[in-house]
Amino acid sequence: MKQYAFYFDSNACSGCKACEMACRDKHDLPEDLRWRRVYEIAGGQWSQDNKLSIPELVAYNISLSCNHCEDPACVHACPTSAMQKREDGIVFIDPEKCMGCKYCSWACPYDAPQYDKRTGLMTKCDFCMDYIDQGKEPSCVAACPMRVLDFGELHAMKKRYPDKHVYPLPTEQLTKPAFCISQHAHLKGKENMEFSILNKEEVS
Amino acid sequence: MVNKNKIDRRCFLKWSAALGGGLAVSSSLLGCMDKLKEQGIITTEKGFDGFIIRAGCPAHNCGGRCVLKLFVQDNKIIRIETDDRPTDEIDDPQLRACVRGRAYRRRQYHPDRLKYPMKRIGKRGEGKFERISWDEALDILAAQIKRVKEEYGNSAIYIPYGTGSYNQINGRQTAVRLMNLLGGCLGYYNSYSWACISQATPTVFGTNITGNQRQDWLSSKYIIMWGWNPAEMRDGTNSDFLIKKAREKGAKVVCIDPRMSMSAVALADEWIPIRPGTDVALMSAMAHVIISENLHDKEFIDKCCLGFDHSQMPSGMENEESYTDYIFGRKDDVEKTPLWAESITGIPRDNIIRIAREYATNKPSMLYQGYGMQRRAYGEQPVRAGCVLASITGNVGLHGAWASGLGLQAKDGGPFWNAFPVGGNPIRDRIPVFLWTEAVLHGKDMGKEYGVKGVEKLDNDIKLIWAVASNALINQHADVNRTAKILQDESKVEFIAVQDNFLTASGRFADLILPACTQFETWGLEDGWKYGDEVIIMPQILEPPFETKSDYAISSELAERFGLGDEYTEGRTEKEWIEWIVEQYKRTRFPKIPSLDKIKEENTGVFAHQITEPEIAFDAFRKNPRSNPLPTESGKIEIFSKKLFELKDPEVIPAVPKYIQEWESPFGKEAEKYPLQAMGHHYMGRVHSTHANNDWLSELFPQRVFINPLDAEKRNIRNGEKVKVFNDRGSVVLPCRINPKIMPGLVDIPEGAWWEPDEQGNDVGGCVNTLTSHRWTPYAFGNAQHTIMVEIEKYGEVS
Repeated sequence: MKQYAFYFDSNACSGCKACEMACRDKHDLPEDLRWRRVYEIAGGQWSQDNKLSIPELVAYNISLSCNHCEDPACVHACPTSAMQKREDGIVFIDPEKCMGCKYCSWACPYDAPQYDKRTGLMTKCDFCMDYIDQGKEPSCVAACPMRVLDFGELHAMKKRYPDKHVYPLPTEQLTKPAFCISQHAHLKGKENMEFSILNKEEVS
Repeated sequence: MVNKNKIDRRCFLKWSAALGGGLAVSSSLLGCMDKLKEQGIITTEKGFDGFIIRAGCPAHNCGGRCVLKLFVQDNKIIRIETDDRPTDEIDDPQLRACVRGRAYRRRQYHPDRLKYPMKRIGKRGEGKFERISWDEALDILAAQIKRVKEEYGNSAIYIPYGTGSYNQINGRQTAVRLMNLLGGCLGYYNSYSWACISQATPTVFGTNITGNQRQDWLSSKYIIMWGWNPAEMRDGTNSDFLIKKAREKGAKVVCIDPRMSMSAVALADEWIPIRPGTDVALMSAMAHVIISENLHDKEFIDKCCLGFDHSQMPSGMENEESYTDYIFGRKDDVEKTPLWAESITGIPRDNIIRIAREYATNKPSMLYQGYGMQRRAYGEQPVRAGCVLASITGNVGLHGAWASGLGLQAKDGGPFWNAFPVGGNPIRDRIPVFLWTEAVLHGKDMGKEYGVKGVEKLDNDIKLIWAVASNALINQHADVNRTAKILQDESKVEFIAVQDNFLTASGRFADLILPACTQFETWGLEDGWKYGDEVIIMPQILEPPFETKSDYAISSELAERFGLGDEYTEGRTEKEWIEWIVEQYKRTRFPKIPSLDKIKEENTGVFAHQITEPEIAFDAFRKNPRSNPLPTESGKIEIFSKKLFELKDPEVIPAVPKYIQEWESPFGKEAEKYPLQAMGHHYMGRVHSTHANNDWLSELFPQRVFINPLDAEKRNIRNGEKVKVFNDRGSVVLPCRINPKIMPGLVDIPEGAWWEPDEQGNDVGGCVNTLTSHRWTPYAFGNAQHTIMVEIEKYGEVS
């Protein structure tokens, strides 16, 4: 079975959010809906030594949308079958069936399904499936000025990009996300550092 | 931004009264899209019931020039995508828009767009206006220009710096063309971006064209991004992407910056935080290491440089201080060792030694200077010192190397900016742009000691200001509270007209408001700004809404009031001027460019050169310096500048580049009261002050005071709390963001947020210029807005 997936190279992501804005513009999302978010992550601290301040920091960005999981918790949780998975793996919401109960958003570890208070329905990244069906790239992928976002078939990409998911992503075991990542090289050997999200205000 | 003399020379047009055929500004009742459709230039795509047109992203002063793919339905832009040309290769990469371009609908359809002409009804600066007709508005402006011309003379009229609208026929140059027809106005030189670097680079190389074409970065083995943040400010669309590619080819990239910038995170192998204003201390210590360890390129220095050591001083100056004299402390008894630099820069000596060795031995290597460090006290010095490091390591005139300095692109300086002919200014008086408030206060006293050019003393104080696409009257000029006071005094500047899309902080000080349309609502054209080799067309896509008019139409109608309508327009509409400009390009830089109609038909939005063999700056000089001398007095790279020496002001304008402690410094007495340095970096969510009111962008990039955890802890400040940042010039109140990516001892208030004073005088808009100083640099008379000290404290409740 085919499974579409996003690929993200954390090494060269500047955190410019062109992807997030492209998504917002294409889908006309109001400000409280964020189908794609860019997390600004840092770990470590400054040490002060002999009047010098020395950074021992690791910083990187993560651009994240719905991961169109192989084992989608949102689909399992949906009581009306509004949340569906296509043959190509894309997970989408049928607005005719959705009743806005939010079960999907509670089930999802990525906070991907979001409630639209204007319509009373759930919404989320649909992989720009209208574009996919026209043979085009998802809007976020085509937007990336650093060319660090891509998409393709999960299992082929997994072979090329086998990196484990990093903070703040939950363990892949939960939902088998269709998301491949290249970890930032500066993370090597520092995976156990304590990391935090610096821009919580912009991703909540 | 670009050398004005050069443009004027290149684009000079002989005025001819014989030309012209009546005012021909377009005002069709047909929707623009219908017109475009008639012309067969729009396409559409499956699944979209409307039209698609590719056009240049409205040009502001961001440094990028990108292509937008606009989805238009019922005469409204309903979606914005970007360059989707089928190939995206290094020689001609797609011009992908950044987040600002992608958010443009919120600026275009902003409810606060200026809709009608207005005149002031309250006190100046109060921001109270009433609607008037265009006839009344233009009559007022024409009468004021006439009055000031007669009462004082043309040199009392000033069209200030402004980059809010910045393509060929949109922006301040439309007004300058009219003023030049009317007998001229006070001119300026320099910019707020590049004052020191554009003046200091030629003191070393004789030119500002010191950059190889960008594709050549892929030949470099070692790249220092020194205060350079291309990922955020976009120093040329794709500059960040090309550094990424250079890195993939094996270059090591080091970022030296007080902030772990977006570029440091995405592009650098290593980040080295440096205390702001101490760049020359680091550069000098690197030179110390390089020379002590014999890593300098002696053959190149012998052949190509002047003033490196006592053996190559200009005649008659053999006993003056050479560069090595300075580095080894032979005259001042201070050896510029890594240990010396450590206490100044905050960088451990071992790192200084290592970086110096790496730069000097991994050749070809690049030292790319950003511009922030030259918008500081003595901003001339890091420019010259960077050029010297590149020169003594022989990184000049080679593939993969970089001569440092301003870095305009070889061979011809890159895209020429203004082909639209503004004509010559009959008024010879010119001021350094940053000193315009001085020219308001005491212009007639100003001579060369204030950097005045063209005349002994200015003929006039500034009495009339016509600001087009400029928020530099208040927001982007230094020391907002001071400027506000100056402008409030109606006996000084007697009349202020502001022409813009929004009522900016500057607009509030206008006597007359002229509502300009956006760049989607008239024709335009942009080239690749500093680096690109492309021409990007900007067809008119929408009709100007309400009563807005294009900058060109406003000036055209004003010209009619002076009986100069035909002379101003030469019978051309905006679109016909763009056709004319494309023809100029065809004759010069772009011989293969198709006609405007053809470019429109193809609907790619852009005509680009492929760069397969990038040009190298100084290659001829490098090959044979004798037969291809530099345009300096000696024909060589002037590490020691005789010209600067002869200014006889060695404490602040030394003949070899030196570290000079800044006038507001953590090492000075002022630090007792104001212990923190402050900076205002270029923010991803704005282009200077443009987009400051764009809600989509402010949501993703909110205006915050960024502060290191150590400084926050000392002051008991918690993340997100409102803080007050202040000094003797003013105070800013904003929520803070505690962020370890900024070094301790420094706060960052990203520049460009609109000044918004509350009743206590606190700026709650968060404009960093509330805190900056109007003091200028000694040689270039440039802005030193980043050199400021502040204190920060908790303010009110958690936000």
